Amino acid sequence: MSDTPNVVTGDLEAPTIDAPSQSDQSSSESTDTRRRLHDVWVSGTEEPEWVRQSTDEGAQELLPETEEPGLDAQRGVLVTDDYVVDDSINDEERQVINMGPQHPSTHGVLRLQLELEGETIRRVKPIIGYLHTGMEKTAETLTWLQGPTNVTRMDYLSPFHNELGYSLAVERLLGVDVPPRAEAIRVLMTELNRVSSHLLFLATQGMDIGAVSMMIYGWRERELVLRFFEDVTGLRMNHNYIRPGGVAADLPDGWEDTVEQLLVDVPAGVAEYEELLNDNPIFQDRTLGVGVITPDECKAFGVTGPNARASGIDWDLRKVFPYSGIEHYDFEVPLGKHGDVFDRYYIRVREIEQSLGIVRQVMETMPAGDYRTEDRKVTPPPRKRIDESMEALIHHFKIFTEGFKVPAGEVYQAVESPRGELGMYIVSEGGAKPWRVHVRGPSFAHVQALPAMMTDSLVADTIATLASTDPVLGDVDR
Amino acid sequence: MTDNAPDTTPDQPAPRVDRTIPADPTLARLAGEFGQVVFVSETDGDVAHVPAADVPAFAAALLAVGYDVFVDLCGVDYLRRKPRYEVVINLLSYTRRRRMRIRVGVDGADPQMPSISSVFPGANYYERETYDLFGIAFTGHPDLTRILLPDDWEGHPLRKDYSVGSVPVQFKGAHKAS
Repeated sequence: MSDTPNVVTGDLEAPTIDAPSQSDQSSSESTDTRRRLHDVWVSGTEEPEWVRQSTDEGAQELLPETEEPGLDAQRGVLVTDDYVVDDSINDEERQVINMGPQHPSTHGVLRLQLELEGETIRRVKPIIGYLHTGMEKTAETLTWLQGPTNVTRMDYLSPFHNELGYSLAVERLLGVDVPPRAEAIRVLMTELNRVSSHLLFLATQGMDIGAVSMMIYGWRERELVLRFFEDVTGLRMNHNYIRPGGVAADLPDGWEDTVEQLLVDVPAGVAEYEELLNDNPIFQDRTLGVGVITPDECKAFGVTGPNARASGIDWDLRKVFPYSGIEHYDFEVPLGKHGDVFDRYYIRVREIEQSLGIVRQVMETMPAGDYRTEDRKVTPPPRKRIDESMEALIHHFKIFTEGFKVPAGEVYQAVESPRGELGMYIVSEGGAKPWRVHVRGPSFAHVQALPAMMTDSLVADTIATLASTDPVLGDVDR
Repeated sequence: MTDNAPDTTPDQPAPRVDRTIPADPTLARLAGEFGQVVFVSETDGDVAHVPAADVPAFAAALLAVGYDVFVDLCGVDYLRRKPRYEVVINLLSYTRRRRMRIRVGVDGADPQMPSISSVFPGANYYERETYDLFGIAFTGHPDLTRILLPDDWEGHPLRKDYSVGSVPVQFKGAHKAS
């Protein structure tokens, strides 16, 4: 390092490194790969080796264009690249910038590598994994009953859907039926969860586009829903309420009054948002025709849920593969036409209305009965029996320590989460713990489809497009 | 945490699946074209056991008959089975309203199979994830790099012989120091 005199080792006050003791020290450390605390390099001079190394992107670098097997292979044969090279733009105007992972609008820790040509996005590479905590591996170390605790933390904005998907998959392997009241409670909670998730979407989408007051309004109504969740489950998020065999507890006394109030307050709030946004010329300019994804691209990239329905794909798992008795309730599936940011916003507003309609029907037709299955294989004996019977005590103890065993097999169970198809692929080898739990998070596919939406749009539309897909990075990285 | 005793359990063969011709005429035609593929029907879809080499051609044939939605791709490590790994691909048809699950056995010694990302571009990230967590190489993939873990990570964590707690992390064992 002594042959690069611009490198200052030590403190800033002494910018020369003529002192032989210091240069000896730095040369002896030159092979040391440990991070050095006080390495300083003078801007505008040639970069020393360690600066070049520290900014290397490694394997996540954008592929060199000459060696890249072409955008078709990267992004798929169905994606048409309408980008026209402008000869007046020279190479100096093409730059690669990083957005994230720390960025308020990335809804977590998502990083986008954008290659810009002037103000146009030439290429995009989403880089994920900053929130990866190995939850699928963790799931293999938890019993079947502990599983919902884990999966509820994946997509933390729709915890009930995670729990429901997991529970339905386990029940399918077990061959256990759930009583009607438990099914109705599950529908009630998941639909309210869809409302709270979409309200959060409206809030963040509004803020990302510049309607900062939307942030406050959206959170205000969402908090009402979360307060009801807290009444029922004890927690605002990460409930662990829906479990294999039913739900954890019955609804509290007076839950109808709270839901009745929600059915008044939330639509009033949504009407306010619509007044604020729908005809707002700034909001329309930022959203209409921006970030378009075609139905073919949706299918190819696995884009599901409201994002696919905004492109006109008539597909809702609640209608096609109904689960948990959702087929007993009347609701409509709103569809968009243009597949742009505005449609993705508007679809969710309409879905809130439909979900509230389902909630009202559930409330009016809530069946009486047990809130969990009577199958003693998965449900512990009642508290009273434990006082009377030694066997019941042992049974209770076994369920919560060793856990119940699930017959060997594999099952793929999908539910319609607020973001799209949330699939649980669970493999059992007959033990008290799952052999493999794979979660097909809808956001993972949506992040993958971001390049198809963003390429050739303006850099200012990045945030609008990203926010409109409603990604949850806990779901992407797991 | 880790059990270092050598495991001497012999490898088990994968459970035998009997070959049946599916009732659906389109799938029956596919069963005729792909002699190695074994179909099993389920309530909301079908399962096809496909040899690794046939996967891209079979996926393209499914795409042609309407299974045009790419849903999911993941790996499973059966550890004591032969073949050790299984890659599970989920496809969906909006028009037929059926799912199709493709199960592919992948050998444990040198786990690799052909990529389907040229047929379904959506498989790109899922194959990267499976490569990252299981070490199954997808030949023909345009950019097969780690996706969730850091690029310099050693090992593939979702393999069954990669034990929980085997990676030294900051402050590990700090509670024992005092």
